[in-house]
Amino acid sequence: MSAGPSGAAELRFRDPGRARELTAAIARLVQSLSLGRAPVTLMHVCGTHEQAIARFGLRASLPPALRVIMGPGCPVCVTDLCEVDEGVALALQGVRIATYGDMLKLPGSSKSLADAQAEGARVDVVYSATQAVELARASEEPVVFFASGFETTAVATAAILLAKPPTNFSVLSAHKYVPPAMEAVARLPEARVEGFLAAGHAAVITGYGLFEDFARRHRTPVVVAGFEPLDILAALVKLLEMIRDREFGAANAYPRCVTRQGNRRAQESLWRVFQAVDGPWRGIGVIPDGNLQLREEWAALDARRRFSINVSGLTQLARSELSRRCLCGKIMVGLAEPTDCPLFGRECLPESPVGACMVSSEGTCKIWYQYGGRPDLGGMP
Amino acid sequence: MCLGIPGKVIGIDGMEATVDFFGVRRQVRLDVVDEPVAIGDYVLNHVGFAIRRIPESEVAETLKLFEELAAAGDDQDLLAADLRAELAVTQESKK
Repeated sequence: MSAGPSGAAELRFRDPGRARELTAAIARLVQSLSLGRAPVTLMHVCGTHEQAIARFGLRASLPPALRVIMGPGCPVCVTDLCEVDEGVALALQGVRIATYGDMLKLPGSSKSLADAQAEGARVDVVYSATQAVELARASEEPVVFFASGFETTAVATAAILLAKPPTNFSVLSAHKYVPPAMEAVARLPEARVEGFLAAGHAAVITGYGLFEDFARRHRTPVVVAGFEPLDILAALVKLLEMIRDREFGAANAYPRCVTRQGNRRAQESLWRVFQAVDGPWRGIGVIPDGNLQLREEWAALDARRRFSINVSGLTQLARSELSRRCLCGKIMVGLAEPTDCPLFGRECLPESPVGACMVSSEGTCKIWYQYGGRPDLGGMP
Repeated sequence: MCLGIPGKVIGIDGMEATVDFFGVRRQVRLDVVDEPVAIGDYVLNHVGFAIRRIPESEVAETLKLFEELAAAGDDQDLLAADLRAELAVTQESKK
């Protein structure tokens, strides 16, 4: 395991006493739950949670009969090959592309945007949708914002469209909606997920009430968690208590940012601009209602309707032998860990990623490469 | 990208606020935040947009993790790097 210089050894809880209480509670709950059966599996769906769990070495303080795994929580990682191909094709057709930095190295069927850039295509990295609009304002030529991200980020894209961008601006949406992906994982019998930690800042927008119906239908509790190590431990305690009590609902362990209703204004903007449609998630397959597509009213700003995008030259090339051995698909639904992949840390590295999970700072493989995923620190500090 | 970052509002001009993030001033859009925002309030920023006004009673607790990450100078630290990317969000948007 190649942990970077800021590996998991730096366990720094601001309140070690509270951390000990919480981990002791987790150990007791897991023991009472797991007697005579398989380990308890809890899934989170957020790359930032994985960063915090790995950075603070939380798995070292969890009992062996508890598995905390990452599900489809990295928006860049689940951006499908065909979506990357569309961005690459547009760029190679001479259209100027603006996109978030993590998208640059993301492999398409045969090329990434960085490859297109190397061939002379114009691809600008932006940190916000606003910057993409400013690029368009400063120029006469068409600018396509190749937009990725879950609902929290899609809200920003919706806001710039509602604020009347210039006519040379359009959006190629690779935005995804997380709740339907949780549905898909909950239906996978082999995943055996008994509880979900929902991502705190997605729930700022959607509210935790959204998960109540999901929890009832799948008899799987959902707890919204923050990003502080103690927030995560407290959310795990709450989730295990709900499993013990067979309380199949949604709870909020991040009340300082999340409410039951969420941000109504943001939801209105989101659904005025986007509609949820069936669409492919890389490595996972088609997720019903998993993609956010611009509504018909916004056709003039939809790059897919505005340009004729020809991806045929990109998709005919066969996948490389290396990429066929990549386990990203299984890793993203929690059926494999990065260390199960024969390429991890060998052929697949952050500077030369084979799979999507090694590209983004929210990808499980990149996070595990940086911090180590399952450190053996010999217990709590 | 999902971390967001809290900052203190020090000026407002229409839909744009000037926000102080740990000593760094940035412009943040107010299009999607669902409560009235006033000077002195703390907001949670995500890719250049305020997504939540943080209740006053929760400000101190919310700032703790971010203060630690802002102090982490290590480029290899993904959480700190994401925080810096968030800080860079509005860098060029000031008119």
